[in-house]
Amino acid sequence: MKRRNFLGMAGMGAAGALLHGFPAIGRSITEADALMIRADAAAKKRMADIALQAARSKGATYTDVRIGRYLNQAVITRDNRVQNVANSESYGIGIRVIANGSWGFAASEKMDADSIAKTAALAVAIAKGNAKLITEPVQLAPQKGYGEVSWKTPIEKNGFEIPVKEKVDLLLSVNDAALKGGATFINAALFMVNEQKYFASSDGSYIDQDIHRIWPTFTVTKTDKASGKFQTRDSLSAPMGMGFEYMFASPEHKIIGGPTTLYKGRYDMLEDVKAATMQVGEKITAKSVEPGKYDLVLDPTHLGLTIHESTGHPTELDRVLGYEANYAGTSFLTLDKWKTKKFNYGSKLVNIQADKLQPGSLGAVGYDDEGVQSGQWDIIKDGILVNYQTIRDQAHILGLQASQGCCYADSWDSVQFQRMPNVSLMPNKQTRSVADIIKSVKKGIYIIGRGSYSIDQQRYNFQFGGQLFYEIKDGQIVGMLNDVAYQSNTQEFWNSMTDIADKNDYRLFGTFNDGKGQPSQASAVSHGSSTAKFEGVNVINTARKIG
Amino acid sequence: MAILSKDEAQAIMKKVLGFAKADETEVGLGGQQSGNIRYARNAVSTAGEVSNLNLSVSSSFGKRTGNATINEFDDASLEKVVRRAEELARLAPENPEYMPLLGPSNFAESIGFIPSTAAMTPDTRAEMVAKSLKVSKDNKLESAGFLQNSAGFRAMANSKGLFAYNKSTDVSFSVTVRNQEGTGSGYVDHSFNDVGKLDTLALTKIAANKATSSAGAKAIEPGRYTVILEPLAASDMLGGIIRGFEQRTADEGRSFMSKKGGGTRLGEQLFDEKVNIISDPMNPELPGATWSGDGMPVEKTVWVENGVVKNLACSRFWAQKKGLKPLSGPGGGRFGGGGMIMAGGTASIEDMIKNTEKGILVTRFWYIRMVDQQTLVQTGLTRDGTFYIENGQIKFPVKNFRFNESPIIMLNNVEELGKPVRSGSSILPPMKIRDFTFTSLSDAI
Repeated sequence: MKRRNFLGMAGMGAAGALLHGFPAIGRSITEADALMIRADAAAKKRMADIALQAARSKGATYTDVRIGRYLNQAVITRDNRVQNVANSESYGIGIRVIANGSWGFAASEKMDADSIAKTAALAVAIAKGNAKLITEPVQLAPQKGYGEVSWKTPIEKNGFEIPVKEKVDLLLSVNDAALKGGATFINAALFMVNEQKYFASSDGSYIDQDIHRIWPTFTVTKTDKASGKFQTRDSLSAPMGMGFEYMFASPEHKIIGGPTTLYKGRYDMLEDVKAATMQVGEKITAKSVEPGKYDLVLDPTHLGLTIHESTGHPTELDRVLGYEANYAGTSFLTLDKWKTKKFNYGSKLVNIQADKLQPGSLGAVGYDDEGVQSGQWDIIKDGILVNYQTIRDQAHILGLQASQGCCYADSWDSVQFQRMPNVSLMPNKQTRSVADIIKSVKKGIYIIGRGSYSIDQQRYNFQFGGQLFYEIKDGQIVGMLNDVAYQSNTQEFWNSMTDIADKNDYRLFGTFNDGKGQPSQASAVSHGSSTAKFEGVNVINTARKIG
Repeated sequence: MAILSKDEAQAIMKKVLGFAKADETEVGLGGQQSGNIRYARNAVSTAGEVSNLNLSVSSSFGKRTGNATINEFDDASLEKVVRRAEELARLAPENPEYMPLLGPSNFAESIGFIPSTAAMTPDTRAEMVAKSLKVSKDNKLESAGFLQNSAGFRAMANSKGLFAYNKSTDVSFSVTVRNQEGTGSGYVDHSFNDVGKLDTLALTKIAANKATSSAGAKAIEPGRYTVILEPLAASDMLGGIIRGFEQRTADEGRSFMSKKGGGTRLGEQLFDEKVNIISDPMNPELPGATWSGDGMPVEKTVWVENGVVKNLACSRFWAQKKGLKPLSGPGGGRFGGGGMIMAGGTASIEDMIKNTEKGILVTRFWYIRMVDQQTLVQTGLTRDGTFYIENGQIKFPVKNFRFNESPIIMLNNVEELGKPVRSGSSILPPMKIRDFTFTSLSDAI
């Protein structure tokens, strides 16, 4: 089953939710099957060599081969029942070539030698056909071959090895706690992904990778029959590039002392749902916000999505160049802004880094999907735009000698293209706590959790909501607010950032299915930050009355 | 071969059911063959072709159900997938909402399969894209677009003798044309079952014209305006409303159809009396599935008549619990097929502009997200051609706006409806709406 379909079947909200689709594509597997499926790198190397040789013999000047086995599990519950337990597997080969200066791609789930050779030949034929409709040949950054290497997500507990019953029991106990706490409805789910990816290229790389991700989530709903009102509160978990150990939080993983407990590196789902059940009731009667200018204190559970939309996407070089113009859009960060090395993106406190190695992050891999080793680099330094995100056929545009390793495909049968690495806001180098920041605010709102989000196709104008809104008056949190959304312009917003907490508060936010490309593909990515303050941001009241 | 005939599909499914030992077994079989070509910066970037055939088995012992799917079709694999589903069913907890399977029914033959669309090749697609590229190159503009076609079938059979089969094709084309200075942008997006109705040259000319005429947009103050929404913009806004016509969420108090104090708003005048919405899987412009995922026939249904909500979709479980009649939903959503069809008038967009004293013409919206589930207030932006109208004429292009608006409020503020056309999975008229709320401006082009 493709991950985008696996996510679609849950029917639960997720970032960039442009991706839907069911029934699933691929084979479903049982728990026992999942444990038996193990990569055999030698066999995959033999298959890859067949493809490499077949493509070369048909005239390819470059070839890469991805042999992928994608395992997914979704456990989905509502109230006191299990709605679905779905294990799935998708396995096949994708072959990408350059021939006559043009890209070609073909994929097959048939893994015998003859089918692989035919698929390689088809990729070359498509490349030659496309060559009639290109304006300039593909220019690929040089990349050394690594030989036979491997990389694994450093997990402690493989989620696929945990019995389904244990996961069902956990979710049903979450639901039970919510219902006992007065929730009207509760949906809870657990999603797990294991990408077993083998990459080989005509550069001489044979890269075997085993990647794991996990996402526990819930939505609590409370209705008030008398007023006809209802409210929801989503889980404050971050999806992570971790194993099942993520579900076991100790006291050192909790940030206590604010209006709700927040989590760092591990997650306590049962504790969070109890808090959510109380808060969703408060939300029904919370004061509706007075529109106007406020200082915003944004928690990483919220700020991550703002970082994603307003710094991650606009610095994708394919958008800057116009490759996404028909779908996800272009970018206001045109090359001339980067060339000046003076473009003022934000205040001097704004330091945005790309990092494909960040432990626990969704985007952490050893190598990208065109065989480039992962790294770390600055995108915005002291408020100035200094770099973008590139892949091999873009590197020359920036005068780079090598790709930055941002290539990804969500399945063996999807063509790889430029996707965002983990993009994060660096914490304050000086000691600074969240309590210090809140104390410094006279009239403000403290926002926790992701809500409604929307940004324009060049990433200027945005509007974001959240899960929990707390009014700050004269340095104190005084109560909960409702109907809050803030609107700003990307550059103005990041220039209004006047404070940020230090590394002790630094946490990861994540999204499992960021959509981009045609046909649309999903990718998973994390964004780290500490709690930050933005001064004088325009807040609107979103309440309306319907007849 | 991904597209199996009715007989071929039935033969496989009978074989699968022959392996079943569960109390009840349901089998789904589907296949699709699709191809695409993508271009940007006036050149092709990627192209591909994909073929898939999948079988799903759902086995139940009492109220315990297990599901398994497979894409291998030898006898051993077919038996294996049945055993897997049965093994999972034995492990699964009881589902209190389990409904016994339905028996045979007379489903209408779907009308959505057009052989010429199924027969498209990479060369056909490349030729159609070449016509689009010629428009942008000839006019010194830059285009980015996507063309995709697919042919597929779905079949369903169960141990109570039900059998259903549908076949369909689809072709979609979208193109964004921008001027070289990056100050103007235009867009078109159309879908058809029949590729003979798709003219990439003519559609690209429309996008090119918008790209040119939208250059140099002026800023005007956000606020409440009369808007003329082209069908694409109208379908962007109304997608969420059709999914709200659902009995269970309304009864449960978490829908705009929920009534204060309990109950639903079925039968209430919720919209302007000009609003009439149906779904019909046999509509030749928008053919849909004639049966739903739980084996119920999908038939022509009136959802809104003269502004009054006449029906709510209802699952078999909820219908039994509430003593209602089950009803498949519209929009290809949870319970059924057949997209939303909204009636209109005979006026063209040009006619509607002539009737407008002051207003904004919107080509499309972008990045629409729900802000409030209770009122369906959504936010999003205009994109690819937004124009100011005064005294019956387009006066100048305007900068894009962000809106915060509810489609329910919108359908109460209808001034005029034009001639309906297909837009994606809906047929909708252009709409003239008063007091549409724009809350801020965007510099994005």
